[in-house]
Formats: sequence, C-alpha cells, structure tokens
Amino acid sequence: MNIKDVIKELELKEVTNISNDIDFENVYIGDLLSVVMSNAEENSIWITIQTHLNIVAVADLIDIAGIIVVEDMEVDKDTVEKANELEIPILTTDKSAYEAACEIYQISS
Amino acid sequence: MKYYYDLHIHSNLSPCGDKDMTPNNIVNMAYIKNLDLISVTDHNSCKNYPAIEKLCYEKNIELIPGIEINTKEEVHILCYFKSYSNCKKISDLIYQSLPKIKNKPEVFGQQLIYDEKDNIIGKEDILLTSASKYSINSILKLVKEHDGISIPSHVNRRANGIIGVLGFIPENLNFKYIEVNENINDSLLKKFKSKYKIIRNSDAHKLVDISERENYLEIEDIRKLF
Repeated sequence: MNIKDVIKELELKEVTNISNDIDFENVYIGDLLSVVMSNAEENSIWITIQTHLNIVAVADLIDIAGIIVVEDMEVDKDTVEKANELEIPILTTDKSAYEAACEIYQISS
Repeated sequence: MKYYYDLHIHSNLSPCGDKDMTPNNIVNMAYIKNLDLISVTDHNSCKNYPAIEKLCYEKNIELIPGIEINTKEEVHILCYFKSYSNCKKISDLIYQSLPKIKNKPEVFGQQLIYDEKDNIIGKEDILLTSASKYSINSILKLVKEHDGISIPSHVNRRANGIIGVLGFIPENLNFKYIEVNENINDSLLKKFKSKYKIIRNSDAHKLVDISERENYLEIEDIRKLF
C-alpha cells in the first residue's frame, strides 16, 4: 500500500518532504522506543505519540516506511530536520492511534 | 572528601511516596544511616525543601535542592541546583505546565506539604506525576541556565527511564552523570562506565528504602558538582 493513499484518506498533515513512491506492508503502534526497536517490522507505518529526535533514529535503524504522530502532538524541530535529511516521512493528525490504525485497516482491505 | 549520598528520595509530596515520608522521618533516617549528603526529589515539585533544609542543617547533613522532572516524552530527569531559588523557579515553571488533572488521593496517594515540625501546611490538588509540557532538550537547557545539572533517572528502567522510552541515550544531551538502578546487567554497566559517571540512589518511596552508607562521591566540595 502506498503512503500517499493513507495521507489522502486520513487527511494527514505532512511535516516532512514526502516522496511519492513509499510503500508499506504493515502497521506498528508503540511509544516506548525500546519496545518499538525490538518488535516493529521493516517497511511498516509506525504510529506513535513520541516526537523526540530519537524516533527518526529508531525508524532509520529498523527501516520504518513512515511515522504517523497522533493526538495532535507537535513534532520537535530537530526531529523534522533529521527526518528530512534521512528521508523518513513524518505525518501528523489529531486522531488517536486507534482511530488512525482502524482507518488504515479499512482502506487496505 | 567522600560524601556518602542518597540523591533520589521522595517525600509524601509525591503521590507515590509513603505517608511516613515526612521531613523529620526522612532526615532522621538519613542521620541514622550516617549519610553525608541527600536530596529530596519529588515529582515535578520541590515544595518540601524549606522544611527539610532546616532539619538537615540541625543534623549537619548536606542537602541539595532537587526535583525529579517528568518530561514531555515521559522520561524522568533528576535536576539539582546550587540554590533553592533557582530550583523553585524551575519547579514553578514545571508546575504551571502540568495538565490540570486532579489528584485522586484514594488512588494515587496524598501530596502533602509540611513544615519542619511535620505539621501539614498544604496539599497539592493537581496530580504531580503527569508529564510536563517541556521536552527533554528544553529541560536540560533550562536547568543549565539556572546553574543546575540534569541526571537521567534509573536509565535502565523501562517505565520512565530514558532508554526504555527513547531506545538509547541521545549523544547530544552530553550527560556527565547517569543514575542506574540495581537491576542493571554487568555488560550495560561496563558500557556506561566508559561514557558517564554512574550514580546509584535509593529512589526511596518508603523510609526503609533510603540508602545505606554505601555509595559515595569523591569531591572536595559539593558545589563542584555543578
């Protein structure tokens, strides 16, 4: 599934530059980065409320396809800069993690 | 000189602190345990400092003004200051940024402020353990600007420890000290020792848990910590 479809359907806000050709295969939800690091699969969309710079490092480490920051959390400036540098998409929404995940499930099935 | 310390003790101002954690009980226990240096670091507040300061002075125990801040990321950071006035400034700033969620004493515990005779002179209504609106980076900056130092609490604990929450310790934060708890494994401890000075505190929420005279800092003057 392509990330652009998710951005459109969930009305996500793009806080980093997004290239058109990012596909993902799975969704992972988690806020403790130590747990995300050991459990999230590569090419997943990762839904979190964390906004610290470390989310980019973790996403890069495990090849996350894109990060959706939920609950209208404001993403730290240095996080956005690093994400642009490493070409990791960050999207935001005021939806909850559950709502976002349910909507992705609906459009993917 | 060697200062035997316990720099992470919670009074009954922290909702999770036991009701016996009054200023007199804490200072007397530190005295019995022959500690030279303590800090009472309640969650997001330092309002029991004035009472504890008077008692430490009487017992000749050094006291560092301190507070355990819960950052926006839900990482606990121990913040210590040269002066109480600076500690209070930060404490007030953090307090104002807390979500206005009321404490439920019957669920979380009381949040009490005492005088030096253990009389209750106030209570906090807002839940002090909530996350403040400040990120870890802005806390470190604020503390530095107020002549203080920041030490990440129980880094190896999954709940509210920096590694549990953020996956690893960001290099750019330049911590000099980190706090580890007793559950740390040898290989991780060895790795940390090559990068940081390690401190071990009790994180006591009950009187019996206050540290024995076993951990020390070797410094000429505690003001050199800052």
